[in-house]
Order: sequence, then structure tokens, then C-alpha cells
Amino acid sequence: MDTAFIIEKLVLISIVFGISLLTAMYSTLFERKIAGFFQDRLGPNRAGPFGILQPLADGVKLFMKEEIVPTNANKFLFVIGPSMAMLTACMSSALIPWGQNLEIFGRTVSLQATDVNIGILYIFGVVSLGVYGIMIGGWASNNKFALLGAIRAASQNISYEIAMGLSIIALLMVTGTLSVGEIAAQQHGMSWNIFYQPLGFLIFLVCAFAECNRTPFDLPECEAELVGGFHTEFSSMKLGFYLFSEYINMFVSSAVMATLYFGGYNFPGMDALAEMGTSQNVITLIGVAAMFAKTFFFIFFFMWVRWTIPRFRYDQLMKLGWNILIPLAIANIVVTGIVIVLKG
Amino acid sequence: MESLTKRKKVVEQGAMNFWERMYLPAIVQGMGITFSHLFKKKVTIAFPEVKRDFAQNYRGLHQLKRDEEGRERCTACGLCALSCPAEAITMTAAERKKGEEHLYREEKYAAVYEIDMLRCIFCGFCEEACPKEAIYLDSGEFVVANYERPNFIYGKDKLLQPYEKRGTTNGARL
Repeated sequence: MDTAFIIEKLVLISIVFGISLLTAMYSTLFERKIAGFFQDRLGPNRAGPFGILQPLADGVKLFMKEEIVPTNANKFLFVIGPSMAMLTACMSSALIPWGQNLEIFGRTVSLQATDVNIGILYIFGVVSLGVYGIMIGGWASNNKFALLGAIRAASQNISYEIAMGLSIIALLMVTGTLSVGEIAAQQHGMSWNIFYQPLGFLIFLVCAFAECNRTPFDLPECEAELVGGFHTEFSSMKLGFYLFSEYINMFVSSAVMATLYFGGYNFPGMDALAEMGTSQNVITLIGVAAMFAKTFFFIFFFMWVRWTIPRFRYDQLMKLGWNILIPLAIANIVVTGIVIVLKG
Repeated sequence: MESLTKRKKVVEQGAMNFWERMYLPAIVQGMGITFSHLFKKKVTIAFPEVKRDFAQNYRGLHQLKRDEEGRERCTACGLCALSCPAEAITMTAAERKKGEEHLYREEKYAAVYEIDMLRCIFCGFCEEACPKEAIYLDSGEFVVANYERPNFIYGKDKLLQPYEKRGTTNGARL
């Protein structure tokens, strides 16, 4: 392991980290803009041209707010909660392959921070840890509404993780590998997994919404019933971390969906460009752009759904998870298995 | 009972069929509707830069009118103050001196004329009561927000119609 390798990985990790934070930051503005447009309004447009300084203003405002820790709250866990949410949100982006290899100074640089051969398992592990941030924060607040929100978050995430895992199993049967990098590479030449696993993708999509606590499954922070849900008692940047981690989660799950089902960095016409003699680096960069375009489309999709579908009732949410999505996912596995055997 | 408009639509509330229970077609339809709103005309009026037009008979901030020669019409008779249901108007009368004929139309005028904008309900009774056609709520302005209560008492400096030289514009309306 030479120094260049460490530097290369450090730079890559910093860039990925910076990009995910930046994307999350501007997702907050984008969300409000989109919300405005969907409701025939203009959205925030006062801070800078088109409101592009709005996230900065929001950040400064959150930092300036008084930091309140409730008297009977567990101080240690109260701090751990939002930190945990933020940490787990940032961790999973290390596995996303943002592009093919780049040739810089005679070195081949992989645009995936690390290609673990159990990549998907790692992502699932980290994502399911995310609920601990919410649970710990909600429990430590010593507030019944926060606790109710935390319980909802926990049971919701556990329920939907099963369906999500089952939908991924069908995908793994098709791809035959757990490595995210390999799955992305296999989808070269428009053989995107969405064409082989449309139902699996649909289940994965619904579960991703539930895992990110996004509308229509945002019951953990259901304002109408639970004041603010699990973050009722949080103020200042601790609240900011919770809200921010939600947007990072959204970014990461968009990237995961783009990688697993929509070809990742592959784009139509990739081989044609190579035959025309375009250098590999240019193709890689276009691939990175394609990857980000797909990711941003899914972020837009998250927001689009948020401003279209009203929130589920809690029993409907559980019914959808256990009675519909899990049987569907199992049926998907069976059908996929039969097709694989028949095709030999 | 027969409806008046015949536009009434009875909603069927029978059991949903499989297609409806799938829920997805309805979601796709709804998302189509929201997406079409992205391109619709925005209803927002960006207020400080763009102002909504007032209706012709909108009662906004009061204006003390001048006559054709730019003289104040008000004679401090006090009828507006008397008619004011909110008791928002106060005034002090003064006698016109020699040489002030170009300033005040009649021999008596209002030296001080104040309206408390926190009391005023913009009912327009003062303009109906005025025998001299001296006060109208047609300036086309709002009473703007302020931090201090005393600043809401508008004197002649804010209420008086701006003086314009004869011929340049139609100085006094009416």
C-alpha cells in the first residue's frame, strides 16, 4: 500500500463526502423550490439570485439558534442521536461507483471509493443502523411524542427492510454478485436491471421511501399527530443534523437505485463513443455525469412524490408492508428463480 | 330533491375493483397532475417589486385634497371626526392670516390634522361626511408596518396631497 494509493483514496473520499453534503444542502432549497412550483408558487427567491444562498442562510440560522437540552433528557444519548443519524447517512456513499476508471498521471484511479465484495450487504447494514439515530434521539428526549415517533420509525424501518431485502435477493439472483461495482459494470450496453426486475425495482422504490422516512411514509415526524415526531425536542444544529441526514439519505438511496437498477454510470451510446476513438477519460467523465443525472432524477422523483401523495395511515402503512410488499417480493423471487432455471 | 344547477355528481362509493385497489394507476395519474403544475403560470405576486392593482373603489390610505390652485380644501369643520366610528381623527383649527390665501382655500383651516391608523377601520365615512370634498381614501397606498405606536399617527405631512404646479398634471383630482 503506497502513499499515492492513500492520497488517491483520501481525495476521492473527500470529494464524495463534499458532494453528498453539497447535494443534501441544495436538496433543501430544491425541495422548497419544487414544492413552490408544484403549488403554482415561486418558492424561496430572496436570498441571492433564484434563492441560491438560501441553504447558507438556513445553516447560519440553525447554528445561531439556542441549543436546548430538556431537563430530564439523557444528555449523552441526546447528543449521540443526531450524530449517529448524520454518521450513518454519510457512511454508505463510500460504496457507490460514480464512474469507470480514470487515467491520471499514468495511474488508474477507480471512481469507487472501495469495492467491497459484499457491498450491498454493507449498504444495508449501514442503512439499517440509521434508525438507531432516530430511536436514540426520540428515546433520550423524554417526551412521549418523540418516543411515539421513534417507535413508529423503528417498526416502520424493520417492516420495510424485510421487503427491501427480499426485493434485492431477486436482483442478486440475476446478477450473481454482491459487489456494487460489478453490478454496475454488468449493466453495460443498456442491459439495465430495471428491464429484468421491474417488480423488484418497484418494491425497492417503495421501501426506499419508507427507509428515508419520506412522504407518503413520513409517519415518524407526522406533524398532525406527533408535534414534530422524534425531533420534537431538538433545536439548533442537532435538529439541523436530523433534517440534513434525511437529505443525505435521500441522495444515497437515489444513487443506490441508479446503480442497482438503472445502469449506474452506463449510458446509451457508450460503445459507439469508444469506437469513434474518444479517450477513455472523456467517456468516464460522461459516465459520471450520467450517474449524477440519474441520481438527481431520483431526488426529483422523491420530491415529486412528496408533493403528490398524502401521508398513509399507520395501519395502512403496516398492511402495505407486511400483506402486500413482502408476498410480492417473495413471488418475485420465485418467478425469477423459475425463469433463471428455464433459461438454463 | 332536484338540484338547482343540475351539475351535482353523485359519487359512487361501492367496493373498489382490482385496478383501483392496486393504487398505482391513481398515483401515476396524480403525479401527472402535479407535474403539469410545474409549467403553469405562477400566481405569486413578488410584492415589493410588483404591486397588485387596486380596485377603483379600494379604500386605502387617506389623502387631504387640494383644489385646482393647489390650496388645501379642508376647513377643519370637524364633521369627519364626528362621523368617524373609530374616533381616529383629531384636528386643530386655525384662522387664515393675510398673505396665506394661496395656501388655504377658506378662512379657516386645519393647522393639525391627525389620523390614528391603528384606530382607523377604513370605512370611508369621513369622505362621505366631508362637505368640502377634502378627504378621500383614494391615495392607492397601504398603511405600512411600523415598530412604534406613535408612528401610526399620521399627520398632515403624510396625508396631504403632494402639491403639483398647475398645468403639469391634474394636480387635484376631482
